[in-house]
Amino acid sequence: MIWNAVVQPFVEFGFMRRALLGGVAISLGATPVGVFLMLRRMSLTGDAMAHAILPGAAVGYLVAGLSLGAMTVGGLVAGMTVALLSGFVTRVTRSGEDTSLAAFYLISLALGVLIVSTRGSNVDLMHVLFGTVLALDDAALALLCVIASLSLVTLALLFRPLVLECADPEFLRSVSGLSAVTHFGFLALIVLNLVGGFHALGTLMAVGIMILPAAAARFWVEGIGGLVTVAVAIAMLASLCGLLLSYHFDLPSGPAIILAAGFVYGVSLSIGPAGGLLSQALSHRRLEA
Amino acid sequence: MTTRRSFLAFALTVAVLSLVAPSTARPDGPLPVVATFSILGDVLERVGGEHVAVTTLVGPNGDTHVYEPTPSDARAVRGAALLMTNGLEFEGWIDRLVDVAEFDGERVVATDGIEPIVPNEDAHHDGEENHDGDAHDDGENRDGDAHAEGRDATAADEHTERAGDEHGHGAFDPHAWHDPELVAVYADNVADALAEIDPDNASDYRNNLAAYHAELAVLDSEIEAMMAALPENRRIVVTSHDAFGYFGRAYGLTFEAPRGLSTEDEASATDVAVLIRQIRERNLPAVFIESIGDRRLLDQIARETGAVIGGTLYTGALSEPGGPAGTYLDMMRHNATTLRRALGPNQ
Repeated sequence: MIWNAVVQPFVEFGFMRRALLGGVAISLGATPVGVFLMLRRMSLTGDAMAHAILPGAAVGYLVAGLSLGAMTVGGLVAGMTVALLSGFVTRVTRSGEDTSLAAFYLISLALGVLIVSTRGSNVDLMHVLFGTVLALDDAALALLCVIASLSLVTLALLFRPLVLECADPEFLRSVSGLSAVTHFGFLALIVLNLVGGFHALGTLMAVGIMILPAAAARFWVEGIGGLVTVAVAIAMLASLCGLLLSYHFDLPSGPAIILAAGFVYGVSLSIGPAGGLLSQALSHRRLEA
Repeated sequence: MTTRRSFLAFALTVAVLSLVAPSTARPDGPLPVVATFSILGDVLERVGGEHVAVTTLVGPNGDTHVYEPTPSDARAVRGAALLMTNGLEFEGWIDRLVDVAEFDGERVVATDGIEPIVPNEDAHHDGEENHDGDAHDDGENRDGDAHAEGRDATAADEHTERAGDEHGHGAFDPHAWHDPELVAVYADNVADALAEIDPDNASDYRNNLAAYHAELAVLDSEIEAMMAALPENRRIVVTSHDAFGYFGRAYGLTFEAPRGLSTEDEASATDVAVLIRQIRERNLPAVFIESIGDRRLLDQIARETGAVIGGTLYTGALSEPGGPAGTYLDMMRHNATTLRRALGPNQ
């Protein structure tokens, strides 16, 4: 019974296995990045960067058609340009990071739409750019795995400066030259994971799998190692459950995965021991007594 | 989100322009007319001939399901004497465009009088209506009724679990142009409208209509012969979205697709699994990609089942002029030939 519901779909269909592998790869790559985003209070940056990347990928498509390489490179270039420009403006003027990022991603998005429209293509580009996790071919899977490996290695190498930058960026800047490297390396990782996530899940989903598991993990553990572990576990679980939901209940796969993660978030928010609503209510009572 | 933003922007632009631009009197010369997409534009050109100048909004290889109109489209519509739309909620964006452009010409809905296919939740459609030789009236039949006799409105969509409103459009399958008999009705409707707004040339329109009817009849029998040659167990076609209901109804084939009636729909794992099982069970040799939209899902299905990509079918747009599907007649011949080649008995 359980076998039929949970394992059978993956045994019978190659596309389900590939989709699960893709989900696992994204969980390993994007979710740890999401944990750091959350700790640095940059959660909404993910969404902004996703919009900044879109035009680059669109231009890549215009130049070379539905080529993974062209769209990836295009997305990377656009994303890194916006990240670098906004980072530069933040450091040099008194603009906040959120304002400068908002300014540049909006400009990038408008430019992208303009370029696409004047080239006169009638095909809905945004639609073409949205990948689906059910249609991952070998190249896309390989890309996801490479991005996941790169992300993990980079995070491991930059772990200490990253943590310090989350806690006290001014201090890091004063004691180490690694501050700039860390900041931009981290932004590069965000862009890379979003670009990879596009092909698998589309924009919305790519950001969703970055942020939601991290947000949920917050309610279970405190230490950063624990946060990353729990978040990745939640992300993988959401991928599995989302795919099964899509399979058994005829739901579109991307939203199903993100809603599964959202459900876990809701549960964590309610009953998570580390600052969840229930635990807060309980601790109140204890204090009163 | 982007739709509303960009639409507001050009609505404002048009509003400002309309205050500033002087109104132009209709010049002598060909009537400016607008068709929403390339297939309609072709029919309009055939019937109107030299008396009309046709502007098409969604050009060759364009996707009308998800088209976003531009300010130049609004200008074209504004100055047009006649606007030809498909109807059956194919062009979800047209009503807003007409409002914003303050169109006051004649509006022709091509599918007026046609018995549409209603995709059904649990339709299981096995003995498809064959396109028997019912009398092909060559030009005098304006009524949709004669067509309705030979067909009933059974759904051609075999998706047992698909809800009727999942495809994001209305309750009807809009792709009626895949049946040449229905395109004859399209031409009838257009000829009527043209004769009404331009009575001086009415006899020319009628003559063009009669000629086109003859060509459509020839096309119809050609396709029927090609499809009849397909063996019974190979009359199933897998393609990207449910665009071929009317073709299937007319010529006795079944079409399956992971997405629903619109290219906008996102496929679920169930859709893909059902299709793969079908292909495996029936040993279908080929799947067919479309000229519009994204082929990656079909590639995945082909990879997993060992089916080949049987070719490209033109579903909702013509190709560029001079391409394999530059006119409606060419498009239909191309589709039928592609199907015949991939599914025929000598494979």
